[in-house]
Amino acid sequence: MTQRTLQEKLAILSDAAKYDASCASSGTDRRNSRDGSGLGSSGGSGICHAYTPDGRCISLLKILMTNFCIFDCAYCVNRVSSNVERARFTPEEVVSLTLEFYRRNYIEGLFLSSGIIRSPDVTMADMVRIARTLRIEHNFRGYIHLKTIPDADPDLIAEAGLHADRLSINVELPTDAAVKSFAPEKNPEGIRRAMADVRLRKDASKERSHTGKRPPRFAPAGQSTQMIVGADGSTDATVLGQTTRLYSSYKLKRVYYSAFSPIPDSSSKLPLIRPPLAREHRLYQADWLLRFYGFDVAEITGATTDGNLDLDIDPKLAWALANRHHFPVDVNRAAREMLLRVPGFGTKTVARILTTRRHRTLRHGDLQRMGASLKKARPFITLVDWSPGAVLDSAGLRARFAPPPEQLSLF
Amino acid sequence: MHAVTLPLQGTDHGFRDAARRLIGAAVAPDQVSWHHGSAAPDLFGGSQALPATGAPINVPRAFVELMNAVVWHSDPERFARLYALLWRLRDTPGALQDRADPAMARLRKLEKEVRRDKHKMTAFVRFRELDADGPRRAFAAWFEPTHFITEPTAPFFARRFGDMDWIIQTPHLTAHFENGTLRFSDGAPKPPLPDDATEDLWRTYFTNIFNPARLKVKAMQSEMPKKYWKNLPEADLIPGLIANAQSRARAMQDAAPTLPPVFSDRILSRPKPPDTRPELHRQLSACTRCPLHADATQAVPGEGPLDAPLMIVGEQPGDEEDLTGRPFTGPAGQLFDRIAREAGLDRSAAYVTNAVKHFKFTPRGKRRIHQRPNNDEVQACRWWLDAERALIEPRLILALGATAAGTLTGNGKAITTRRGTVEATTDGTPVFLTVHPSYLLRLPDAALRAQETARFREDLRTVAAMIAAP
Repeated sequence: MTQRTLQEKLAILSDAAKYDASCASSGTDRRNSRDGSGLGSSGGSGICHAYTPDGRCISLLKILMTNFCIFDCAYCVNRVSSNVERARFTPEEVVSLTLEFYRRNYIEGLFLSSGIIRSPDVTMADMVRIARTLRIEHNFRGYIHLKTIPDADPDLIAEAGLHADRLSINVELPTDAAVKSFAPEKNPEGIRRAMADVRLRKDASKERSHTGKRPPRFAPAGQSTQMIVGADGSTDATVLGQTTRLYSSYKLKRVYYSAFSPIPDSSSKLPLIRPPLAREHRLYQADWLLRFYGFDVAEITGATTDGNLDLDIDPKLAWALANRHHFPVDVNRAAREMLLRVPGFGTKTVARILTTRRHRTLRHGDLQRMGASLKKARPFITLVDWSPGAVLDSAGLRARFAPPPEQLSLF
Repeated sequence: MHAVTLPLQGTDHGFRDAARRLIGAAVAPDQVSWHHGSAAPDLFGGSQALPATGAPINVPRAFVELMNAVVWHSDPERFARLYALLWRLRDTPGALQDRADPAMARLRKLEKEVRRDKHKMTAFVRFRELDADGPRRAFAAWFEPTHFITEPTAPFFARRFGDMDWIIQTPHLTAHFENGTLRFSDGAPKPPLPDDATEDLWRTYFTNIFNPARLKVKAMQSEMPKKYWKNLPEADLIPGLIANAQSRARAMQDAAPTLPPVFSDRILSRPKPPDTRPELHRQLSACTRCPLHADATQAVPGEGPLDAPLMIVGEQPGDEEDLTGRPFTGPAGQLFDRIAREAGLDRSAAYVTNAVKHFKFTPRGKRRIHQRPNNDEVQACRWWLDAERALIEPRLILALGATAAGTLTGNGKAITTRRGTVEATTDGTPVFLTVHPSYLLRLPDAALRAQETARFREDLRTVAAMIAAP
């Protein structure tokens, strides 16, 4: 086989990495290189340096170290039984690509993942070596996200956490049964054990020793995971139930949902029907409601009967329509918890309402200037100069928000 | 009427100083006209000089933050609006908290636009490398911001790119960072920048990270507005990517599932190494890694204690072993036992096994004639030997004959020149090499046989001594 050029390898190995949704580069330690002793800065919110036409941002150089893999996960383009072209970077190539892209302000850092070659330990050791070289040899202070191999030696994961800002381990599918059938080599329990291990190490790194010394920081931007939605038959209720367990058990920073997307050379085990991207979007909305709006899983998924979220309207609106007895809410008097449940009010709008309310009574026009989406909120609120009247109880309220019905095709 | 002209560089300090003086002298907002850059022609005449430095005034912290962003906006009204708010704060200090006040909403909007533009500058500046003479590498970029944000954004680049020299040129201001110091000079028209080979790699990356199955052009454009495209090296790829996306996605869906590549079966059929003896026996009995399983009666696993310090590896089961399912029970095994006893080597304390687990033979009449296993068969069976080694973890391995020596050490050279020496497996376990006992059985000359038997006994004695040594 002829040697591939760096450009060919980059094409193959970035193409192979695009199904990882995570691209966050925020929330890590504040670091900079103002003193000239290194390269890079991080901390605060991440920066998206470019956007591709799929609407996803490019914040990190997201590549696979290699797309050779000995596993056969049905949903994955790099599974051993797939006919994609294969390539492999040397650790030095990854290091140099990261630094050269970073110097030209293309990226915030590196997101490194890999197919499993030879054994999980060998693969993980190579990935850790890349992170170590970047940090220690090149004084790189940008962001590093390492995709952890669940079965790797705990010592390697410990070292990975010292160099990387974020570690992630994919749970892959919402239920253990689905993992077993689509990713036979993966072990759901092992994945959970690895996440628990990362959490314990992170907790331990916060405790000072008896002399008051702080242990070295461990993955300051926390850990995240990704779940493929639509490859198996799980309902949204199952997915969200799994999500809440993950958030609470392992203190995850994010759970990413990835609508199963048709991949080149897909496996015959999977449906080639692509699930609507809207489902992924609704799941993210529900995820936010769980974390920032005080909603409970049962409330969100209880709005529909089949356990799936309504694809036509957002989950908060669906909840409000199913629970109209809580409305209308008086914007000038209601508690924060209730304001957060009004469709069309975000956390920022609610904060603004609360500060302004201290000074004066709010009117309809004021809300518009505060960033509320009044089209959605109007039927559910009362103000000095606004009352929804009978609209709130009308049967046609849902139809105002849902997309218009479409004529079915005759053919 | 006061006319205030604020400089292009240091606009924030200029505004703060002027506002402080004006408010100190209680000059109402409608008595001030604000200008930026060059002084505006004096239409009405009779403009007054600024009052002398006034006393410091107290304003809420939120106002300082708002001011530090809004002064860089390109809206010509920004200074007047800020000053009007400052004027208002004298009587109503709470005005800043009123998020719904129209004047405040306007200022907050300006603030947001400046912050967004600053953020986009940190995102969309693209450096190209210049030739550098010194030890520090040098880079340059051209950027066209919507507002006057080069000055407040430059420190970000200084913090990030501390170990290199860089220049960011914009129409209104140029930022230079050399040897750790940041300075500014006047703006300039777009300079010619040298080509940079890394840009091609970046364009390759941009093309390939895009997933054509999920086209969301609006989401892209709301975050990367077209006004920035002309200075982004990757932007001219976008129309092509969009145009081909649907056909690429459809092609993926239409493509029938392909047959897996040849190596896939091989990799997938690798079972996990057994970690207990029953598991080993169960898996071994189902082994079809090489064609030998078809003719043999059974696979013959090793025998002996799991904590044995010595592992003895022969070639393959013989006629008798194939029938009994136990290793080293045939003529060669019996000979080995006899000589081992004489040499003081306790066979029952060792784990005894074979390099190949199935009997290879050719039938001749009513007899089965032993055949030497070929390299493929030995290689296929090495997996089992490795599994046994992982299970036993012997201190020393005794290799009997060339086949065992070859599979353990990876070196298949003639055993006669290597016998009596210690080599090592790839993972470092010592391997003592000697001949196979069947070699002794085949020697026709009685004298030679006696001589070779004695040598063999010596070898076993050495092994017994090695095992006895702690």
